[in-house]
Amino acid sequence: MSILQYNGGAIIAMTGKDCVAIASDTRLGLQQQTVACDFQKGFKMNDKLYMGVTGLATDVMTLSQLLKFRMNLYKLREDREMKPAVFSALLTSILYEKRFGPYFTEPVVAGLDENNQPFLSAMDLIGAPVSTSDFVVAGTCTPNLYGMCETMYRPDMSPDELFETISQCLLASCDRDALSGWGAVVTVITPEGVTTRKLKGRMD
Amino acid sequence: ENSKRAIIQKMDTILALKGDGFVMMAADCSSARSILVFSQTQDKIKVLDDSKLLGQSGPQCDTANFSEYIQKNMTLYELNNNMKLSTHATAHYMRRELATALRKGPYQTNILLGGYDEKAGESLYFIDVYSALVKVNFGVHGHASNFLLSVFDREWKEGLSVDQALDVVRKCVAELRTRFLIAQPNFIIKVVDANGVRLVEL
Repeated sequence: MSILQYNGGAIIAMTGKDCVAIASDTRLGLQQQTVACDFQKGFKMNDKLYMGVTGLATDVMTLSQLLKFRMNLYKLREDREMKPAVFSALLTSILYEKRFGPYFTEPVVAGLDENNQPFLSAMDLIGAPVSTSDFVVAGTCTPNLYGMCETMYRPDMSPDELFETISQCLLASCDRDALSGWGAVVTVITPEGVTTRKLKGRMD
Repeated sequence: ENSKRAIIQKMDTILALKGDGFVMMAADCSSARSILVFSQTQDKIKVLDDSKLLGQSGPQCDTANFSEYIQKNMTLYELNNNMKLSTHATAHYMRRELATALRKGPYQTNILLGGYDEKAGESLYFIDVYSALVKVNFGVHGHASNFLLSVFDREWKEGLSVDQALDVVRKCVAELRTRFLIAQPNFIIKVVDANGVRLVEL
């Protein structure tokens, strides 16, 4: 089994009209065995920026802690918040630093930039980034996620429509993957604020 | 690629569960390598301080080295700062040490950390061999987890008393004795609560 599939996980980030949503499952497994159903994979970086990290759980924790540290350092030095595009570039750089001994993670960045325009990016374990305007996915069931998102996505959804769409995409994809699921969390980021909700899905 | 991966033993059984104001931890007492059993009286649950239990599985070189390192650093923290580390802080400190060592010289140890703090109450942390940390209500390490997680799923509930928890542990031991290939005749059980750490008979 590949090391990126040892712990399991699934993440989607999707854009709407002046909003973004990021959804992740909450399973922590050791190959086929499930250990916990409340493992956090989406991390708040600041009020308008979230990062989702999937892959090897130990690196998910290490990377999120490292990025939090770098964000705080930036904020202290520059006395301003980090923009999503800058954060994404920083993350890329951090991952490539470990090119020959990487963090086994596939992070996803979702946020609103200074003009409250949605920003999404995703990268592989050595930091090759892709920035899209509709959705990004990561995890052990990416074929499922891509299929669901491609079908159900439409541009300029309202925050409520976006929440509904991203939730259905995640739940349906995880239901067909043994290594993902066991609970899900969805965060919708709008200029007014952030709403985080837990989803009720199949616990198997 | 598979042959180069270090052989991770899973013969040690460590289990723990949270109860009402306490954490109960049990471990088998077999110390063995390959087909030879060195001892049937090894204590795998280290008492870190009077409010924390550290159950570790794996080769004793790594478990002893790591737990002593952690314990001494905890004492140093207490001397420097005049306050004890909480269970939460200890768990995260352990995780950070394991994560740093992972890519330098890994410790081959699975950990269950159970503790009782005045503010937070009872808490149990599960750390796997790659230093993934998660707070749990109950946990099992080793091949035994394949048998015992189901027992816990069925029998564990919020607010167990010590007697009820001991009953659950007895059910776990019975399950292993019936279905587990490796014979583990002796188990050691410890409880940590507001009054400290004590040994409990099966």
